[in-house]
Amino acid sequence: MPNYTLSINGKTQTVTADADTPLLWILRDELNLVGTKFGCGIAQCGACTVHIDGIATRSCQTQISYLEDVKITTIEGLSENGTHPVQEAWKEIDVPQCGYCQAGQIMTAAAFLAENKNPTEEEIREAMHGNICRCASYNRIEKAVKVASEKMS
Amino acid sequence: MESQTNIDISRRNFLKTSLLASGGMLIGFNFMAAYKPKAAMPTSIENLNFNNFNAYIKISDEGFVTIFSPNPEIGQGVKTSMPMIVAEELDVDWNKVTVVQAGLDTKNFKGQIAGGSQSIRSNWNVLRQTGATAKQLLINAAAQKWNVDASTCKASKGIISNAKGETLDYVDVVKLATTLPIPEKVTLKEIKDFHIIGKEIVNVDIDKIITGKPLFGLDFKTEGMLYAAVVRPPAFGQTLVSFDASEAKSISGVLDVFTIGEKARNFLSKGYVSWTAILSESDKIVVVATSTWAALKAKKTIKAQWKQATELESSAFHDKKLMSLLEGDTLKVVREDGNINDAFQQADTIIERTYHSPFLPHNCLEPMNFYANVTADKIELVGPTQTPEEVSKAVAVLLGRKVEEISVEMTRMGGGFGRRLYSDFALEAAEIGAKIQKPVKMVSAREDDMTTGVYKPSVKYQIKAAIKDGKISGYQLKEAAFNGNMYGAIAHFFPAGCIPNYKVATASVDSKITTGAWRAPYTNFLAFAEQSFFDELAAAIKIDPIQLRLDLLQKVKNTTDKKIQYSGERMENTIKLVREKSNWGKVSNGIYQGFAAYYSHNTHVAEVADIELKDGFPIIKKVTVAVDCGVVINLSGAKNQVEGGVIDGIGHAMFGDMSFENGKPTAKNFDVYRLIRMQETPKVEVHFLQNDLSPTGLGEPGLPPAGGAVANAIHAALGKRIYQQPFVKELKKSSVLG
Repeated sequence: MPNYTLSINGKTQTVTADADTPLLWILRDELNLVGTKFGCGIAQCGACTVHIDGIATRSCQTQISYLEDVKITTIEGLSENGTHPVQEAWKEIDVPQCGYCQAGQIMTAAAFLAENKNPTEEEIREAMHGNICRCASYNRIEKAVKVASEKMS
Repeated sequence: MESQTNIDISRRNFLKTSLLASGGMLIGFNFMAAYKPKAAMPTSIENLNFNNFNAYIKISDEGFVTIFSPNPEIGQGVKTSMPMIVAEELDVDWNKVTVVQAGLDTKNFKGQIAGGSQSIRSNWNVLRQTGATAKQLLINAAAQKWNVDASTCKASKGIISNAKGETLDYVDVVKLATTLPIPEKVTLKEIKDFHIIGKEIVNVDIDKIITGKPLFGLDFKTEGMLYAAVVRPPAFGQTLVSFDASEAKSISGVLDVFTIGEKARNFLSKGYVSWTAILSESDKIVVVATSTWAALKAKKTIKAQWKQATELESSAFHDKKLMSLLEGDTLKVVREDGNINDAFQQADTIIERTYHSPFLPHNCLEPMNFYANVTADKIELVGPTQTPEEVSKAVAVLLGRKVEEISVEMTRMGGGFGRRLYSDFALEAAEIGAKIQKPVKMVSAREDDMTTGVYKPSVKYQIKAAIKDGKISGYQLKEAAFNGNMYGAIAHFFPAGCIPNYKVATASVDSKITTGAWRAPYTNFLAFAEQSFFDELAAAIKIDPIQLRLDLLQKVKNTTDKKIQYSGERMENTIKLVREKSNWGKVSNGIYQGFAAYYSHNTHVAEVADIELKDGFPIIKKVTVAVDCGVVINLSGAKNQVEGGVIDGIGHAMFGDMSFENGKPTAKNFDVYRLIRMQETPKVEVHFLQNDLSPTGLGEPGLPPAGGAVANAIHAALGKRIYQQPFVKELKKSSVLG
């Protein structure tokens, strides 16, 4: 199996894996970064969302062989101590129920707000449409994205 | 209402204390059970065991309180709300409270189940008494120090004071308190004095969730742990004939491929009755690998042959079976008042409608998984189960081991909805672990979960009403379902007691599709059928639909029928609150409203859905909800449960679609199976009735009325009645949408 050198949360990591291994499983099984979740394996639910060069990306459909020259950020690296404005908003609004999808929701929201600092309600709903919350905490996700945008502006 | 002492268990036998070697006081107590008289208290946190007590409170030397809470957390918030109740009566500052998920000793303690929205309801009194007893003990210790009568002292927010105005902190008296007898008479707080209960308290795991810390079963890992993926029969009713795993074995990381099933068949043949163990008779093919990816990838390459002894089931077959039940002679009467036949004979008008719902998967976002480490002297099991006690008992039978050798550790669960009441996945993990004698995690892919899981059974309702002189004189409901029928008091819910001639009859037929509890079992669909039927009745009688419900409810007030648990008064108040808050009948042009109300899991809920049309398609903009669940424990968590329940109910009513072809589910993943997403969600506005009544559950009750409210609003907007789920499919069929 080949070696790959990855930049994850500002650290350089070398892993040995088959070229087709999805980033999701490298993070979870090899690097113990289990905040990125497995939900569907086909990029439909968003639980595995990470940032690749700042862009929200489904790690379950991203093969490791394509990732050598990019910067990867996971929920564990979004901030030092959970102090990213999106994380703070999630806490303020008390968003989670089971909590399983929330890392993916937060990563999607953080990438979206980095591009659009002052979104409308419609833009927020469109940006978050790709992430499933099976507990249906959608009202609070929407509210928390709004609160985060206010914190960031 | 209970604001004063009302002890129905012996307080002597539910609480003990010890002085911790490291300083501070430890209080051991039990949810749902008394401890054994000789039970010894641990004296260090490192050695905290759950053999004798299933919950602990620690008060440290610095005044910090740690509550070790035992009930499983599936997202319904009990890990936060149950400790809130203890902390309220103990009377400490919530900012000083930490909550830790307790382990479980299944051989001594029962009741470790999250299901049926019962956690709060069944533990309310015990939790209050525990907190109040601990507080009284600390007060007694302070009184002794001051040499005054304890009745002249009081405590609030961790400070004890006496008549002279002297104060002592809890930490000043914990050492003395551990030497004193457990008080036998305590006073519970007045509800008006609550400073934690009823407030918006943030989920105790919030920091871990937002920073991605390991919490869930799938996150659990031990040194050298292997991963297993399982190939199960693709169609319900099939068994394995043979398989070719040569390609799977060539994939790097794959260690072994073998079958399991013998132990499960042996287990089934023993006649051990366990509703947690939904197991297939077939052999299953197991791939063991060094990573999840290798196991899942290899699994897909296995070529297997399957056979079936009987015809495989398809949706058309299911539909026919249910129809024949409705028309057949196997219906069993579960409630009958008056004479329904006379009512139909004398009626001016008879309305009869049939409603249909499909099988539905739970689709917990965390796929099923379980860790097992089976060794010669013990079995460690870790994972997301709602029924740890059942798991340990079933695994003991499955592997022929003693229950004492088995430990079950519950993790946080990525959703439950009833699925994790059935721990087939834990039994699979145990059988795999027994085979390889190494620590292993069984991991299901989404496709496994959706196609080989447990489903809400497909159900049909046929409802028939007699109208005489503008009143509903008769009401008959028939239920046809697979693998079981409505349970408990459901046949005695509204409109039982409101209509003089009333009859409910049920029939069931076996299906090979594994079925089970799904958030608000039976009522999740019954409420839609019944509440849309009442909307039609209101239209036929030419009365406002809310007024019709209120008129009917007058008749059940002061009922002497013990089987009727719902309250005419409470439902009336709930309906009136939603009528006011939703501006019922007073909304502007272009907004269409639909109403539904339902009592389930001891909670009364009324909902009004507001719909607008966009290009002829109904867009659900808002749902106003009124809830009577007694005292609200955590206002934030309670609202979250109701908001989620309503949107979940709407999502499945609108989109939930699972059909079967030759025993196989037609949807395998979220590309085909549609769950509700952000842009389809309404704003949910939740209002709680204010009262002092004992709290009831909230995990389920918000869901049942949602489909009915939406269906009735769709009728208001489009003039179309919907009789089947999913609604979207019905609307597309309709010429209304072209």
